[in-house]
Amino acid sequence: MATSLNPSATADIVERANALFADLSFTSARRWKAAEPGRKVIGYMPIYVPREIIHAAGMLPLGIVGGGDQLEVIHGDAYYQSYICRIPRSTIELGVSGRIDFVDGMLFPSICDVIRNLSGMWKMMFPHVYSRYFDVPQNYRDDIGGNFYVNELTDLRHDLGELRGKPITDDELRESIAAYNENRRLVRDLYAFRTERPWQAPAAEVYLMVRAGLVLPVEEHSTMLREYLAAARAEERPMRDNCRIVLTGMFCEQPPLNLIKSLELSGCYVVDDDLLLVTRWLTGDVAIEGDPLQNLSLAFLHHSESTAAKYEPDQKEKGQHLVRAVKRTAAEGVIFAAPSFCDPALLERPMLQHVLKEAGIPYIAFKYAENSGQMQPIREQAGTFADSIKLWSAA
Amino acid sequence: MTTQTKVVTSRAPVKEVVKDASMVKQKAMMAAHYDRLTSAPETGDKVAATFVPGNLNELIMCFDLLNNLPEVNAIQNGLRRTSGSFVLEAEKIGHSEDVCTYVKSDLGMMAKGNIAPNGKKFPDPDVLLLSYTGCFTFMKWFELLREQYKCETIMLHTPYMGDGKITKNMIDYMVKQLKDEVIPTLERVSGVKFDIDRLREHLKQSTKAEDDLVRVLQSAKTKPSPIDAYFGGIYYIGPIFGAFRGTEDAVDYYRFLREEVEERLAKGLGPVTPDGDMGKEKYRLVVEGPPNYTSFRQFWKMFYDEGAVIVASSYTKVGGVYDFGFRHDPDKPLETLAEYCLGVYTNRSLPMRIDMLVNYINEYEADGLLINSIKSCNSFSAGQLLMMREVEKRTGKPAAFVESDLVDPRYFSAANIKNRLESYFQMIDQKRAGVDAAA
Repeated sequence: MATSLNPSATADIVERANALFADLSFTSARRWKAAEPGRKVIGYMPIYVPREIIHAAGMLPLGIVGGGDQLEVIHGDAYYQSYICRIPRSTIELGVSGRIDFVDGMLFPSICDVIRNLSGMWKMMFPHVYSRYFDVPQNYRDDIGGNFYVNELTDLRHDLGELRGKPITDDELRESIAAYNENRRLVRDLYAFRTERPWQAPAAEVYLMVRAGLVLPVEEHSTMLREYLAAARAEERPMRDNCRIVLTGMFCEQPPLNLIKSLELSGCYVVDDDLLLVTRWLTGDVAIEGDPLQNLSLAFLHHSESTAAKYEPDQKEKGQHLVRAVKRTAAEGVIFAAPSFCDPALLERPMLQHVLKEAGIPYIAFKYAENSGQMQPIREQAGTFADSIKLWSAA
Repeated sequence: MTTQTKVVTSRAPVKEVVKDASMVKQKAMMAAHYDRLTSAPETGDKVAATFVPGNLNELIMCFDLLNNLPEVNAIQNGLRRTSGSFVLEAEKIGHSEDVCTYVKSDLGMMAKGNIAPNGKKFPDPDVLLLSYTGCFTFMKWFELLREQYKCETIMLHTPYMGDGKITKNMIDYMVKQLKDEVIPTLERVSGVKFDIDRLREHLKQSTKAEDDLVRVLQSAKTKPSPIDAYFGGIYYIGPIFGAFRGTEDAVDYYRFLREEVEERLAKGLGPVTPDGDMGKEKYRLVVEGPPNYTSFRQFWKMFYDEGAVIVASSYTKVGGVYDFGFRHDPDKPLETLAEYCLGVYTNRSLPMRIDMLVNYINEYEADGLLINSIKSCNSFSAGQLLMMREVEKRTGKPAAFVESDLVDPRYFSAANIKNRLESYFQMIDQKRAGVDAAA
């Protein structure tokens, strides 16, 4: 077997990304803020915010996706009943425990009623922090949903301009759009590379690489992605006899890293997923020339990911994104992994399963929480799924 | 005017249930509506399914469409105790145990023949008017129904009042959706041309009924309250939240109801309960959250047995908030529909909801707040523990928290709820004793 010229390069980058992932005090974002007076950090939750506008204001967009399995939730549980998902309680924990006390603003995107209501809670619990429920249209006509969205973007641009004490210019927005276009291209390259050679870009590594983009400045993250891609391409790793699966339902509350690792260990290469969608929500480049907010709106309306938080106006299109993902990535099955009590993922699931069934694509489903500890049942289920796929393929 | 009717229920043990005249009238209206709906295949009437929050009944009627509300059907199934088997059926065919039980009751009912409360089959809807207002689940619910019925579906997106205000952008967006998408599609489906003057006429009727409803609800400011604004209130809101807002029937009903309540008020009477007139009013409460429907009477009895009356509730505002001044405005027909949708209770931010509850406790001189937290309703439930603490802090009145579900009988634990309520009433007594001692 050939060996890479620099076998430690990949490991070094992954280690750095892992350190960012594990750091629940967001030290790198704190350092970024402290490096220059007047810098501001704007937190945002899943599923999508136009990070370009935050960046254009000279601020750091900081993805807040819960506390994971290493955060002990002490205060957060006092705010939620047992039948509500885990991400809002660990996010409250991050807030109450002072871990995100350096954040100057929080955006709560339109994804579900829990995050929606959390926006109001945040206003009450942290009244001195700028806080906004970020609504997006469920109507995709330029002259209806588009106009609404452009006005919402204008309000956000205005608010962030006020926060920094200077309006955001069109040129600043264009520069930011260009920076995020490049970043999205790199994320897509990374996904394409994994699809092609999943043994050289394990799912957990890809996850950590993309996750780093939630805390790093976009330029720095793009550099990291480039370096990882070069290192991963150069490093030959053994190919396992795994099946290829698409992972879906993990677009909000994050699975433990161990869960992602467990899937591969049990025989499933993840060749596509809906983790951390904000990094590739817009599926193509956003136009640079012209009105930047209009361009962001057009990209949102016509070139954005399909997911449960969006209304699908065309019944024939329902779930087809998943079928296309399976075909594009030559996947052999789909794993539905949804956080417990997640309305979007769990309400959507039967409809997607019907579409897959019709398309003859095998699937399994399970639930998790960000602090799930027991991986054995998931390994057994995924392993059995992988075995059954191989048996069917051989038949 | 005040008459009470004893109704013999079919459920064992046989017991006479007391209903006041307005309840009997309301029941007859609902029965007539179900008959109209189930006769649609014979009469040729077309049917629009939609939701209670963001219910555009006046607009639907402009196209001669019958309004069918899946939430109301789920409630009916809860009250009749058939929802439990429907929920199980839906779970059997792949729906998660974690999601809204209204949805599962509805889908389970479809799977088991789609039988209406009158024993006849529901007609398939000709159009699903997805009025996406204040509840994420609505969007998925109608995508699920669309998959089954394969009928035209119209999305009307109501933006959320995250910042506690209605903006011009929100109104413009909604009016544009109404003009360019909702109305043209309803015209196409129904074959009826839209007439804005017809809409204005319906809106005029809505306003009259809304005035009377508010007078009924606000009668609870009197001591003793002549109504129970939660358990009784659910009967009162039935016509206006359902298929009757904008009709003469609704105007008649709310006039009748108002007169009935005013008569009770004049006589100093308390609410009518299923066991007859309530005894002495001992506790005045505000309730947040929907009730449990599968054990509705048992739940209610836990209150009236203790002399507790609900003087205001948030749940009776999910289909429209009228007691802070909003009325449908015939002079701005489309804008008023937008404003109505935007203002429904679950489309209000959490701070707005808290303001409302605090206002109720103060205005209605309540002893405290009770939250009935619903397991499968995140729109209501997420954030309620903070709401409880904030209301306690701002009013100085004690609050309590019980948990149940909408129409899933598995999540109604009578003993637990009764224990908590008894403790809560003791807490109120102690608080009063403390106040008296301090005085």
